[in-house]
Formats: sequence, C-alpha cells, structure tokens
Amino acid sequence: MNDVLLLASAFLASAVEMVEALTIVLAAGLTRGWRSSLTGVGAATLALAVVVAALGPALTLVPIDALRLVVGGLLLVFGLQWLRKAILRAGGYKALHDEEAIFARELREAETAGRDERAGLDWYGFTLSFKGVFLEGLEVAFIVLTFGSTQQNIPLAAAGAALAVVLVAVVGVFARAPLSRVPENTMKFAVGVMLTTFGIFWGAEGAGASWPGGDAAILGVLAFVLLLSIAFIAVLRRRRVVPLPA
Amino acid sequence: MRRFARFWWDFVVGDDWVAAAGVAAALALTALLGAWWVLPLAVAAVLAATLARAVR
Repeated sequence: MNDVLLLASAFLASAVEMVEALTIVLAAGLTRGWRSSLTGVGAATLALAVVVAALGPALTLVPIDALRLVVGGLLLVFGLQWLRKAILRAGGYKALHDEEAIFARELREAETAGRDERAGLDWYGFTLSFKGVFLEGLEVAFIVLTFGSTQQNIPLAAAGAALAVVLVAVVGVFARAPLSRVPENTMKFAVGVMLTTFGIFWGAEGAGASWPGGDAAILGVLAFVLLLSIAFIAVLRRRRVVPLPA
Repeated sequence: MRRFARFWWDFVVGDDWVAAAGVAAALALTALLGAWWVLPLAVAAVLAATLARAVR
C-alpha cells in the first residue's frame, strides 16, 4: 500500500509542477522563439540531473532515522504550505490558480521585453524557460529523492515523476496551450494531503515514536489529514457565506 | 548571497513561518515524549493557526 501511495504522490506532485513549467515554456516559445525556449528547457533538465546525481547517492548514506526525521519535517512544512493554499482556494479565500491568466501575463511580459542575443539565443526566452523548468523541477526532484530514499525505493518514486513529466509534455505538444482544464486545485489538495501524511508518519518515526499497527497506521494518518482538511474547507465556506454584522 | 538565502527561505518556509516553527516544535516534543499522537494534534493546531492568520 505504501508503494501505491509513494507512486501516486510522486506522480501528482510532478504533474502539478510540470503543468506550471509547461505554461512558462509555452509563453517563452510562442513569443521569443522555440529554439531559445527549448534550449532553456534542455539546460534546466541537465542542471536538475546534476542536482539529483549529487544528492541521490548522498541521501542513501544518511542513517534512516535521521533521514526520516529531517525529511518528515520538511515534507510536513511543504505539505502544510500546499494544504493551506488548497484549503483557502477551496474555501473561497484565494483565487483558483488559473493557468490561462498566468499564461496571458507571461505572454504580455515576454512580448514587451527587449531583445538581447547571447550565443545566438534570445536571452529572455532562454532564461524564462530555464528558470521555469529548474525551479518547478527542483521541488519535484526534492520530493522524488526524499520520498524514494525514506521509503528505500527511489526508482519507484522516479517512475511516478517520469510518468507525469512524459504525460504533461505529450499533452503540451498536442495542445500547444496551457493545460487550464486540469483540476489543478484538486491535484494540489491531494498532494498536500499526501505530503502531510508522509511527513507526520516519517517525522514521528524519525523522532523515536512507534505507530500502533506499524506501517498500516499510515492509512489512519491519511484519513485523519483528509477529514481534517475537508472540515477546515467546510468551516471556511460557512464563514464566507455568513453576512457580516451591521 | 541575500538572494540565495531568500530563495531557500521561500522554498522551505514559504508564506507563513508559523507552519515551519510549529512543525519544528512538534518534532522536538515528539522526540521528548516518544509519543506518536503529538504530530497529528500539532498538524491540526498549526493548520488552524495558519488558516486563521490567512483569513483574518
């Protein structure tokens, strides 16, 4: 069961980040030319590969309890950030992340930026794509490496991420438009729930606590985080429709 | 250097430092008590606090 959760978490987190990266790359490619944009994608992919190659083997050398404590803590912080934003969006306190609006803004900015050629590339298009892919990819790399090493199954986490990258890239090539129909907030909510669940589970184990029922307790933690989040959404929605006192 | 530090602060801590501080305190308490129930309760409290700060 943990393997299914691991694969699903890596896939969902990677898909969300790749949809955001695709929006930026499309805006750069359509306005500044595909050569500069795709070179930026390639350079960012190489930079990410270097980060993964350096960090991956290093993580396997860290004692498992220390790793679970640090990774659990970081996943909890990340998970709470994702969950907080997703709950605020679902509760009506934050605008739903709109890829079309972001795409339009990136297009506007890319169209009005000056032209600066370096090494035969449009520098704005190159750096826009590079930053988009590298920064979104860094979070994916972190999730894959930490999930994989803590669960002692990096290949499975990497497979989930690779599946998402290929899927989003293929859809992006065919659509040539931002993937605005993706239920982004639902995906982010699911990722937030999963990151928080794994964070609670590994963080407690790393800190020396034992779960009743062993590994099966993760399903209880998952149910707890899910119900808690749904309750918070319900509270925010009710609070929003109650008229303010005169 | 400042931009580098800023990047890591944004990457790890994010929009609300309360979540990061709450998680660190809860992990320390879990290590102290060796109790599994500390983190779930702490997550409920931290999430409530950070949501309340966002909507007030």
